[in-house]
Amino acid sequence: MFSRPATLDDALVVLSDADTVVLSGGTDFYPQRLNQMTVGRSPEHVVDISALGELRGIAETGGGWRIGAATTWSDLATADLPSSFDGLRCAARQVGGTQIQNVGTIAGNLCTASPAADGVPALLTLDAVVELQSLTGSRTVALDEFITGYRSTALRHGELVTAITIPDAFRSESLDTRTSGVRSGDSTDADSSVYSSFVKLGSRAYLVISIAMVAALIVLDGETITRARIAVGACSPVATRLPALEAALVGARIEEAALDSAVRSVALDLLAPIDDVRATGEYRRLVVPRLIVDALLACRTPVAMRTQVAMPTGGTATGGTATAGTGLRR
Amino acid sequence: MSNDVADGAAAVDGAVLRTVLVNGIAASFEAPPATVLTEVLREELGLTGTKVGCSAGDCGACTVMIDRAAVCACMVPVGRLAGTSITTVEGLTGDELGERLQASFLRHAAAQCGFCTPGVLMAARALLGTNRQPTRQQVMDGLGGVLCRCTGYQAIIAAVLDVDAADPVTVRPTSGKAVGASIERVDGRVKVAGTDVFGDDDAPDDALVIHVIRSPFARAAFTFCDLESFVSENDGITAVLTARDVPGVNRFGVIAPLADQPVFAEHETRFAGEAVAAVVVLPGFDFSSIEFPVVWAALNPLTSPALALHPAAELVHTDRPANVLVEGFVQTGDVDAVMPSCAAVASAEFDSPFVEHAYIEPEAGWAEVIDGLVVIHVTTQSAYMDRASMAEILGVAEHRVRIVPTAVGGGFGGKLDLSVQPFLALAALRTGQPVRITYSRAESMASTTKRHPSKLSVSIGADSNGRVTAMSFEGVFDTGAYASWGPTVANRVPIHASGPYFIPNYRAHSTAVHTNGPPSGAFRGFGVPQAAIAQETLFDELAGRLGIDRLEFRILNALTAGQRTVTGHVLEGGVGIRDCLEALRGPWADALTRAQSLNRANDRRHRSGIGVAGIWYGCGNTSLSNPSTIKVGVRSDGSVVLHQGAIDIGQGSNTVISQIVADAIGIEVHRVLLRSADTSITPDAGKTSASRQTYVSGMAAYLAGVSLRAKLLAMLDASFDSEFVFDAGVLRCHSDGVARSVDLRRLPVDADGFVVVAVESYDPPTTALDHNGQGTPYAVFGYGAQLIELSVDTATGRVQLHRVVAAYDVGKAINPQLVVGQIEGGIAQGIGLALLEEYLPGRTNNLHDYLIPTIGDVPPIETIIVETHDPVGPYGAKGVGEHSLIPTAPAILNAIHHACGIRIRSVPATPTKVLAAILKRGAA
Repeated sequence: MFSRPATLDDALVVLSDADTVVLSGGTDFYPQRLNQMTVGRSPEHVVDISALGELRGIAETGGGWRIGAATTWSDLATADLPSSFDGLRCAARQVGGTQIQNVGTIAGNLCTASPAADGVPALLTLDAVVELQSLTGSRTVALDEFITGYRSTALRHGELVTAITIPDAFRSESLDTRTSGVRSGDSTDADSSVYSSFVKLGSRAYLVISIAMVAALIVLDGETITRARIAVGACSPVATRLPALEAALVGARIEEAALDSAVRSVALDLLAPIDDVRATGEYRRLVVPRLIVDALLACRTPVAMRTQVAMPTGGTATGGTATAGTGLRR
Repeated sequence: MSNDVADGAAAVDGAVLRTVLVNGIAASFEAPPATVLTEVLREELGLTGTKVGCSAGDCGACTVMIDRAAVCACMVPVGRLAGTSITTVEGLTGDELGERLQASFLRHAAAQCGFCTPGVLMAARALLGTNRQPTRQQVMDGLGGVLCRCTGYQAIIAAVLDVDAADPVTVRPTSGKAVGASIERVDGRVKVAGTDVFGDDDAPDDALVIHVIRSPFARAAFTFCDLESFVSENDGITAVLTARDVPGVNRFGVIAPLADQPVFAEHETRFAGEAVAAVVVLPGFDFSSIEFPVVWAALNPLTSPALALHPAAELVHTDRPANVLVEGFVQTGDVDAVMPSCAAVASAEFDSPFVEHAYIEPEAGWAEVIDGLVVIHVTTQSAYMDRASMAEILGVAEHRVRIVPTAVGGGFGGKLDLSVQPFLALAALRTGQPVRITYSRAESMASTTKRHPSKLSVSIGADSNGRVTAMSFEGVFDTGAYASWGPTVANRVPIHASGPYFIPNYRAHSTAVHTNGPPSGAFRGFGVPQAAIAQETLFDELAGRLGIDRLEFRILNALTAGQRTVTGHVLEGGVGIRDCLEALRGPWADALTRAQSLNRANDRRHRSGIGVAGIWYGCGNTSLSNPSTIKVGVRSDGSVVLHQGAIDIGQGSNTVISQIVADAIGIEVHRVLLRSADTSITPDAGKTSASRQTYVSGMAAYLAGVSLRAKLLAMLDASFDSEFVFDAGVLRCHSDGVARSVDLRRLPVDADGFVVVAVESYDPPTTALDHNGQGTPYAVFGYGAQLIELSVDTATGRVQLHRVVAAYDVGKAINPQLVVGQIEGGIAQGIGLALLEEYLPGRTNNLHDYLIPTIGDVPPIETIIVETHDPVGPYGAKGVGEHSLIPTAPAILNAIHHACGIRIRSVPATPTKVLAAILKRGAA
């Protein structure tokens, strides 16, 4: 069975049926079914949500930002967003190739709940919240509670992810409860002191599943970190923030030795990397501290040195060693 | 059913009639809405230019544009396409920018096999649609989602950057000038148009579909339940085939006396992915939800040669004691006496894993039976060998089987063995209907051959002057469950393990050991790439200990004409290794300076290094007859037709053989009409392997061309060096001031339509090797050397390649552009071997866990073509196909050592291994 509802209400009606599966970008849906069925002749009820225009797009809301569930990685990479999103946009350019980025969606990345989902670390640093709707109502779940384990989520029967919302924590400091940092009091332009970045380590330049990745979001007062959020992916069943490290980074100068010392002062015991075909767990443990420092330093990469996005629909993941970058600023 | 923008909440069950805009034309088809676009394009709309390589977004071969954006059509449901505009490769025709792009791809020889080409073109077209003048980096970013296994990407990048060439040059050599000219490949236009016909591209609509049932275990016993009722109770199932249904011998193998692989396992399977049965179903029948009635009992597999060689190990084949398939041995001089007196000895152990060919085209084909003749259309590297094997399996005479090779979407040795052919033939005979099969990516990777894993123990000694005086080599190769090309690897390696150097005291022994791994077979280099890693990295160690520059150390030891090889073969000429190494002297000095200055400028973290490695490689079979026959004739209208059976798997034999034959006849190459391989038409030109086609089939083509020329001039009663022309149906020439002519239209026409024909064969002059491996194993060797510049991120172990300079002695470059293409493509595969690729049975049967280089992983490559005329090859030419891959991995490992002082002796040099070695060195 296949439905392509025209309205969200219709979609929720279909989803309330037993045995339905949501088809959005399709970039996980089809590969996962390769050996299970001849796609298109499935016994399950496929709900194609691509006609729900309201699920796609990015909007500034009173308290932050709302990213529609079906917003693609290319949409994100080319959107006009503040610097706190630079890390997410850099990640957007490294989800598969251009072909994947043009159709793969942000909510799909979350619902697949792969430990190596490229979008998750940056969204964790943004304190993303997942907005869910069903016939019986709607609810919101913090991203770190939405992904509950290896390929499992808090999504309930009948629910659809409709959006990811991002509180504007760095304009409204009271929302930021995670780090113990003290906000710089004399900053008159809060946004200009906010930096974010994303570093992905893989074995090859493009089309690569991460060995490890780090997203960083920091506030600087001059050269000093006043707040930090760090999330690491592909090193635990679910990508995770590192609160102890975030606290330890406050007060550190944004230069290599200080950052290295701060990172090495904290046990990264929230990480539980495993051996797989890409790398050993031990290797991941060894490189993560370095990648964190890289990500923090990448926050300050001068705009002129940042990779330019040339294609409205494409990515510019730079090939190479521990691809680092902060994406484009407006 | 309406053409839905959205179907509303109303669910659709089954096929729906739809209309979508494809290449500007409204196209209607019926399909269930979740059907992927590739299936509709290919099966319903006949637009087979869009290829399927993985069905998972890992390869990008299916790239099309939807509303000008590149997407993978293998993951797009057709139910959402109303109101969109789809462009496929076929839609580039008539699109000004698209046609420019295609022309540029032809100029730059950016298509080799052509299977990824449609996807590459579409990704490039989408990029250019939004960025008309991209930089090199932007081209790589835009094309990063498409894998190419042939080209090494450099020609692709150049072609995209050169799309607006103001004054494109077309190479059109005059009569007698084709050899040495970079003419456009003769089969290039269909490749860039997406109209070349590959294995899955032309099965009849009504062909039944074959699904193969394979062992999920490395070793398992199995029993079938009631197969008859399985067929009778499922309406869509036409037949089931098992070992009982093989009318001839249920056994095949590329080396007849060692043939050991069953079409269907009989009692026990020997590797994960081995076939036990095949199910033939109606077109469109959903087989995926059907449970096949087989009961498996997993047995303990032998997962490594170490286990298989244990005295208590069970035998994989009861007639092969100790699980040893075959051994190879070469010995000269007295290693044991000389090694202890060497001024420096370097010894080490090395290992390498299974490596997958990862051609982008999975195995595919179709078959039918016409008047008792079994006709198999299939992607293959070896039509005549396929035919012989199929005749055995079917229990019929060879003339009852016809193999029609389709275009081959990459082979690299992996399409030399039978894959789909037996299933196709058996199913066509059983059902009396056309049948088809296309392997999934997972099936292709699980069931076909691999590069042999190796464990090598090697010592090399040199005197105080830097002359290598002794070498010992002991190699164990995991040949997997079946013989395949294991004997070839075992025999080739001891001959080649010396590298292209003079080593007077030498002993090399190799053993091919059976395990329950996938069959190890032929893969570009037949074991020599693994051996070269050991020899070339130990050479670096020796040079280091003796304080000699690494390049000069190789030049000092390079073989020269008149010297004896390790098999006692005295090479009379055409030994170009020294020339190749010397050609690198300038680039080597520059690279050294560059690395030193980078290391001074950089932080301690990123370390630059350079490495070099040389190779030699014998062209053609080892000490065995491997003749090629080429036929060329003139038709009564004066057209010249070449029957060229050297299968072109992308390397360019269609073009190279045409060039050779044209010059030998003395006509313009564009006048040569090509009939490519087909066992009912073209004579046997042997298999496309062992870098033999340019040399062996090239010689046959040369001889056939000369013979035809002689016949034509004899008819004119003119001397051999006279010039002639075909004037429609009249052959004319002026010789000795006399106008002569022959009216071809009056001559009798043979079965091929020829009025004059020449057929010539060539077999390389080799000799058998004696018990010490002494003799003349090959008539022609090719030589080469590569220089690699790279840097190592010592914090992550990630290696970044910066530049390759490759110098190759090809004797005579028949088509320099195609030579460069072979070199760049081989280097890309060498990079994979060095840094990325490790096939783990059962775990990496896809192209996202098994990683091959992307466009961002191959650095700029500079090729220096060295032409040391070979006394044997056609116009002095030698092969280069395999030569190109071999030095890359050792040169990379040597550069890694130069950069950060670590020796990686286990490939691939993954970040995990590199970092561990760096930390170990730091701790020591």
